Amino acid sequence: MDNDRIDQIIEKHHGEPSSLIQVLLEIQSENHWLPKAALERVGEKLKVPYTRIQHIATFYKAFSLVPKGRHGIHICMGTACHVRGAGRILDAVQDRTGIKPGETDLDLKFSLETVNCLGCCALGPVMEVDGKAHGKMTPSQSAEVLKTYE
Amino acid sequence: MSDIQLEIDGKPVQAKEGMTLLEAAQGAGIAIPTLCHHEKLEPFGGCRLCIVEVEERGWTKLVVSCVFPVKENIVVRTRSEKIDRIRKTILELLMAHAPDSPVLIDLAKEYGADRNRFEKEASFCIHCGLCVRYCAEVKKKHAVGFVDRGIRKEISFIPEIAAKECDSCKECFPLCPTSYLQAAFVLTGSLSFPPPAPKPPSEE
Repeated sequence: MDNDRIDQIIEKHHGEPSSLIQVLLEIQSENHWLPKAALERVGEKLKVPYTRIQHIATFYKAFSLVPKGRHGIHICMGTACHVRGAGRILDAVQDRTGIKPGETDLDLKFSLETVNCLGCCALGPVMEVDGKAHGKMTPSQSAEVLKTYE
Repeated sequence: MSDIQLEIDGKPVQAKEGMTLLEAAQGAGIAIPTLCHHEKLEPFGGCRLCIVEVEERGWTKLVVSCVFPVKENIVVRTRSEKIDRIRKTILELLMAHAPDSPVLIDLAKEYGADRNRFEKEASFCIHCGLCVRYCAEVKKKHAVGFVDRGIRKEISFIPEIAAKECDSCKECFPLCPTSYLQAAFVLTGSLSFPPPAPKPPSEE
């Protein structure tokens, strides 16, 4: 992500130090992660010390300090999904992608996370890819779904 | 600035508006144990050790005195069976992290805390935030900060700033109740800006 784009985002928030989290969220959503250079740029422009940015960027789970894949997979491990076999879905996805929860593959294609509820328990077990929920999954179906993503 | 009358441990105490209970008590010569308090720094309320009982209109509640502002006509008890029990548990929990801290050992003696009550998880840092806040508020260097949260929270030096600023300052070192800060600094230093290797003895 180049400095011009970061400056634009900061400009949008009038360079207010109190908008730090909003700025970071926007960089995160465009870039999928927060590179150190970007954080330093934000700190310089908003006049926020780097320790505070680092504290906030590591505090919230919405921020990532390591590169993320193009597609984010969330597998629900909530009670309803769990009893309907979310563990097996997770195993299938791990086999298919070759990564464990919290990891990103080498081609930066997928990042895998487990979550505790996606709020649609009736559809369990649920797998969410890029915000789209895929309900009533079976291990083989989940592999099929992942094939459709490039 | 109007004066506020209150009672601490049976003693009538006068305080200025906006003062905290801890400041009022210290002004009256009543000692309250603290770990995260420092007179040059903003109140933090991190260690909870300065907890006291406040009685107001017949109700008692537990408050953390370093962040609780004084109020008219409250009755404060800084030592009671309940307070001592809470402080003892806080100390025991902290000692699971830093069992050999001299400050904690002294306090543990006073409150009868058993350093082996909880399984040890020697992270050494007790998150008092003294180093982080001192560097930010007094020195304004921001060389050390907190990262992560909850059970994974820890202090972390910013190598770029620490390499420039810390060697000539180190004012936070004596503040640390557990010496973990010094260890963290040495670790950061040896990973990111190792001191120049000692010159080999010259051959005569």
